[in-house]
Amino acid sequence: MTPVAPTDDTLDLGAALADSHVTEVLAKLDAELVGLAPVKTRIREIAALLLVEKLRMQAGLSAGPPSLHMSFTGNPGTGKTTIALRMAEILHLLGYVRKGHLVAVTRDDLVGQFIGHTAPKTKEVLKRAMGGVLFIDEAYFLYRPENERDYGQEVIEILLQVMENQRDDLVVILAGYRDRMSRFFASNPGMSSRIAHHIDFPDYAPDELHDIALLMLEQMQYRLSPDAELALVEYIGRRRAQPNFANARSVRNALDRARLRQANRLFSRGGGSLTRDDLMTIEAEDIRASRVFADPVVSEAEP
Amino acid sequence: MRITQGAFSFLPDLSDDQISAQIEYCLGQGWALSIEHTDDPHPRNIYWEMFGPPMFDLHDAAGVMTELEDARRAFPGQYIKLNAFDSTRGFETMRLSFIVNRPSREPGFALIREEAAGRAMRYTVRAYAADRPEGERYE
Repeated sequence: MTPVAPTDDTLDLGAALADSHVTEVLAKLDAELVGLAPVKTRIREIAALLLVEKLRMQAGLSAGPPSLHMSFTGNPGTGKTTIALRMAEILHLLGYVRKGHLVAVTRDDLVGQFIGHTAPKTKEVLKRAMGGVLFIDEAYFLYRPENERDYGQEVIEILLQVMENQRDDLVVILAGYRDRMSRFFASNPGMSSRIAHHIDFPDYAPDELHDIALLMLEQMQYRLSPDAELALVEYIGRRRAQPNFANARSVRNALDRARLRQANRLFSRGGGSLTRDDLMTIEAEDIRASRVFADPVVSEAEP
Repeated sequence: MRITQGAFSFLPDLSDDQISAQIEYCLGQGWALSIEHTDDPHPRNIYWEMFGPPMFDLHDAAGVMTELEDARRAFPGQYIKLNAFDSTRGFETMRLSFIVNRPSREPGFALIREEAAGRAMRYTVRAYAADRPEGERYE
């Protein structure tokens, strides 16, 4: 018997879920990115919404495509760009964007040098991003209130128009540091209201940073000796208290420098044979040689 | 008289969806799209005006379609064509070119005969539209 009306059908959520591979992507997200609980929750919600929207469409219900422009705010190194890349992939799997590529730009790629240069430049970037995700890093630079003739305003106007009229063609993600972004949105209420998802990236806790470090080392095929393990914990504690701490990015830099020192240590040993183990292991001295350990511990209160 | 230049010109005009699909094909081949327009329909008129620079690094037809909409708004009564350029070594040339917009009335061509030396006849064609100055030809 054929179904009479599409509304009487039962739709298989499980099949749709399996069909979209979205569970795999979300699992990968959980496994490869440490912490970021609020971000992951929001991504899960968006994924659920898109999936349900797909089923609603099959059932003949339609509410129009949801607006998915987003703003990512958070301190340096909290994973905004990484998540944006993932987001493009997720939205592509859910069929919201057609191609799923990410075009990452900053102010320089959008704002022109002279009158009449900005609009074509911005439009070219927008055209390149169509069918995917446009990621504008440090978006608050677009608006410079101190200079009323700044061309950034023109970019914002063009962006707003495209975000409104062609929302099924591209998704715009604005990213930047929290306080500056809130000032940017305060002075551009039109922009703020067109962005449906304001996602805040929290700072990582020390143990999350530790997990991130281990994950990075695993990807680079290094490992820590037990002593180095302790040194790393102490390093993270000290580095967090210092100025210009950039979360995961600082950890990555620290590991890169530790690799440098490890290589130098092996090199200066002169002759003798090296085992595969030697090549892989980072010792405590590689980490403890950092200038972070040279400085006295600064308290959180100090600038 | 409907002019027939480029691909698909013997078919009925392509719909926007069909144009979109052609663009998708071009992008899939790695070709760069560009838009050109003219109001001189002569077949030997190979120098059409560019509408904006060629569009490189595009991933989706929507970008070209937006540009095409702009072109149609700016030159509604002119011929507009899409060119697809292949930069592969050995080709380095247009691989596909087709008209996507044409004037509502195309008056066609006059055959012009010229008496040459020794009672020889020379023939040429001239577009009726070209009698009027550039920019006022299809109004």
